[in-house]
Amino acid sequence: MVELYILLILMIIGAIIAIEVKDMLSSVIAVGAAGLALSITFLILKAPDVAITQLVVEILALIILIRATLKKDLPFSATGRWFLNTLITVAFVVVFLVIAKRCLDDLPQFGQPLMRVAKIYLKQGLAKTGATNLVGSVILDYRAYDTLGEATILFTAVIGVLSIVRRVGRKKVGTEVKEEDE
Amino acid sequence: MSIYMLCLVLFACGLYCILRKRNIIKIIIGIIIAEYGAHLFFILTAYRMQGRSPIYSVEADIKNMVDPLPHALVLTAIVIGLATTALIIAIAMRIYEKYGTFDITKIKELRG
Amino acid sequence: MSREHEKGMSLIVKTITRLTVGLILLYGIYIVSHGHVSPGGGFAGGVIIALSFIHLMLAYGKEVAFKRLSRTVASFFESLGAIMFLVIAILGFTGGYFFLNFIAKGEPFKLFSAGIIPLCNIAICLKVGAGLFGIFVALVLLKLESGEKK
Repeated sequence: MVELYILLILMIIGAIIAIEVKDMLSSVIAVGAAGLALSITFLILKAPDVAITQLVVEILALIILIRATLKKDLPFSATGRWFLNTLITVAFVVVFLVIAKRCLDDLPQFGQPLMRVAKIYLKQGLAKTGATNLVGSVILDYRAYDTLGEATILFTAVIGVLSIVRRVGRKKVGTEVKEEDE
Repeated sequence: MSIYMLCLVLFACGLYCILRKRNIIKIIIGIIIAEYGAHLFFILTAYRMQGRSPIYSVEADIKNMVDPLPHALVLTAIVIGLATTALIIAIAMRIYEKYGTFDITKIKELRG
Repeated sequence: MSREHEKGMSLIVKTITRLTVGLILLYGIYIVSHGHVSPGGGFAGGVIIALSFIHLMLAYGKEVAFKRLSRTVASFFESLGAIMFLVIAILGFTGGYFFLNFIAKGEPFKLFSAGIIPLCNIAICLKVGAGLFGIFVALVLLKLESGEKK
């Protein structure tokens, strides 16, 4: 399990670089590096479906982020109460980590999951659904309602993006359409 | 337990970025990093020592499979994360077009 | 020939794109159709299919990509995916309940097996691919329009 620690530390370093670097394009590319390391981590943890999906989704998110940030100026403002803001934020994060550490003691040990629900899936999955990929059978047969909700959320997001991007009508030369009314 | 703790440190990096930064693109990057942490935590809880991936094979009888349920949950969560990220980026590009900046303290009408 | 050089990237990128875009689309179809016997499934395959068209759009400009897959066709496919998924779910009422696996299971490890799961994979693939392609086109067009205004 040494490679798991190495990949996680690599991801944390990539995240810190992405947060702290001033150039926007470098920041986006550092996020991409962290995402690819996450994909390899999924592969080591024996989740090939999630690894494939994470890889392709990472590429698409990276393309969209680069299109959004290209040729935009970056106003870097560090004015006013810099020290106080950072202190409060770090204190909040430290409190979060301390509470999470106490909660983690109640979790089962790493490597020995409970699998109270999944025992039934593993035992009867092949006979009941006929699919050899058990993740596919969980997504589309046992828990198809989840997928239905996911499809609804995706549809809503597409409609939201299209309605935000849309311009009302075709602007004529002399008349100004008020942007606030859209 | 320390592997879970490293995963939570990754989540905390994203949380710090969301709370501290003022640039909208940096906030989006923080949201993406926090998503990575959450997804990784789910997959870590599913892992089993010397486990195999949950796919049956023709020639081998696989006994100890990892838990397929968190894999299914994370699989839907990744695609939802991409869709919501695209929605936030669309809103951010509209804000840039209207105000000419990504800095949330310069946008006067968002100040409460 | 000279008309092709007007928009998009350089000649090298266009040649490589012409060679690889079909393979990427074929790989996406393979991932979707074998989603129930091997790793993959509707989500990953749909995103790969969307990425093949995005690849075409990035290399050749938006007119060539719209000739292959226009916006109305993309929105039609997205609605078709959603309706197909719901119809498969409702057809389960013929045997009892919502999302019943009503087709015969077939023999495991074969392509035509597992009842409704391949059909649902195809529906999800259409929905995800067309939806993400629509999101990308909308964001790119917003950028182009705002550039023209200034």
